Amino acid sequence: MSEVHIIGAGIHPFGRHDDMSGLDQGVFAARQALADAGVAWTDMQFAFGGSSAAGNADAMLPRMGLTGVQFINVANGCATGGSALLSGYWAVKSGEFDIGIVVGFDKHPRGAFNPDPEEWGLPAWYGEIGLMLTTQFFANKITRYMALHGISPEALALVAEKAFENGAKAPHAWRRQPVDAETILNAQMVSDPLTKYMFCSPAEGGAALVIASDRKMRALGLKGPKLRGATVRTRVDGSFEVFSPALDIERGPSPTQIASKAAYEMAGLGPEDIDVAQIQDTESGAEIMHMAENGLCADGEQERLIRDGDTRLGGRLPINTDGGCLACGEPVGASGLRQVYENVQQLRGRAGDRQVADARIGYSQVYGAPGLSAVVILEA
Amino acid sequence: MQINAIAPDLFDVTPGGPRLIGARRKADGKIVFPAPRGAEAAHYDRIALSDRGTLWSFTVQRFRPKSPPYAGADDERTFKPYALGYIELPGEVIVESRIEIDDFSKLRIGMPMRLALKPFAKAGGEEAETYVFEPELRA
Repeated sequence: MSEVHIIGAGIHPFGRHDDMSGLDQGVFAARQALADAGVAWTDMQFAFGGSSAAGNADAMLPRMGLTGVQFINVANGCATGGSALLSGYWAVKSGEFDIGIVVGFDKHPRGAFNPDPEEWGLPAWYGEIGLMLTTQFFANKITRYMALHGISPEALALVAEKAFENGAKAPHAWRRQPVDAETILNAQMVSDPLTKYMFCSPAEGGAALVIASDRKMRALGLKGPKLRGATVRTRVDGSFEVFSPALDIERGPSPTQIASKAAYEMAGLGPEDIDVAQIQDTESGAEIMHMAENGLCADGEQERLIRDGDTRLGGRLPINTDGGCLACGEPVGASGLRQVYENVQQLRGRAGDRQVADARIGYSQVYGAPGLSAVVILEA
Repeated sequence: MQINAIAPDLFDVTPGGPRLIGARRKADGKIVFPAPRGAEAAHYDRIALSDRGTLWSFTVQRFRPKSPPYAGADDERTFKPYALGYIELPGEVIVESRIEIDDFSKLRIGMPMRLALKPFAKAGGEEAETYVFEPELRA
């Protein structure tokens, strides 16, 4: 089995780009990743690509070059980008391939998603009476969590404030204007207790990574962070997921908890080893709950950590150093790869004003519908 | 006047009041809601769920959901925020529901709730009956 490294990373800035298709942004990211590694498209032995709302990823081929490369389209809900990376990881780790690329891009319509109940295996009435909104799920989950673990609305606001502060320092972020906690807290309520600044928006963007075996990397005279752990897990009995007309009384672990545990085991590392983390922040509360679900703190500890600034740049464990989904938006196909892109920048000491000093271990976790989570642990 | 239920096999009206229809999986006794329909239904026994429970979590929908799937007769101008959440039916299952309450600030996790039926005005003029939970009034 081979060790797996990321030798090139590319990104098309997230946000709104009226003059570009999702595909354009995927091609941009892929070319940048290849240039970053100093390799050519013709060197790629495989490609895994995904997009949720912007067409087939392999429509990139005529533009990248019709080399006959085996290109696999990946579709795995909100973890599409993360799943493309996992596919590439397994391909190299198995020893079957030495070098390839993973890419994700997307371009969503503005505003909340409007899902079709039937596509989710749900009855029509569930959507008709107004229960089928992703925002409601997040609000329900954090409402209960806040009551059980003593998290305040101010903590929710501080998470969003940090996101916009970090986004202002990340060239690839969308929202680059700081917004203060007071404004965030008093903004229009979307779904109590979450205001409009506490939710990320559907967006556009693309991200790509060139991955290679240890042997190939050395042969090319390159360096890059090592993939110490990479996992994806789906929901189990008793987890609480989006679009659930009912839940089990006997509560179980979340897909994030089991993906995280497996990734730590695979890496032979623990939460105490993490220097920088990018975790799913679909809304402020998700970042708070995912801190605990990823083992980065105990339930309820977040209130103190956030108030003390521990998760800010310069804190003990900086989280979402590029502003996360809150500042970057969430183009589903690219979002998980954006997190890994950010960790690659951090571990290579290229993160500019948002650089975490001496970052050696980077952790990322993407979570989403219909109830899956993907975790990647990188070592510089 | 009798109005139609928003969906068949969602609730029954009994002499003791309305009951949501759930199902118990034959293999392991797990209780689900709503009751599966079609081929999947063969693996379940239909049961009437408890009409009383406690509030497990909640939120308030502050903007009009996108249509489809939302089918309310209201528009951006006439939309009124509504509460919704999850109600734990003891020993059975935790069900999601719209919540009838005048003052959203009175919602508390653990408060006793009971099932009721309520007309739901659909776009196009049709009125359908749907289920809601409301705080249980204590004498």
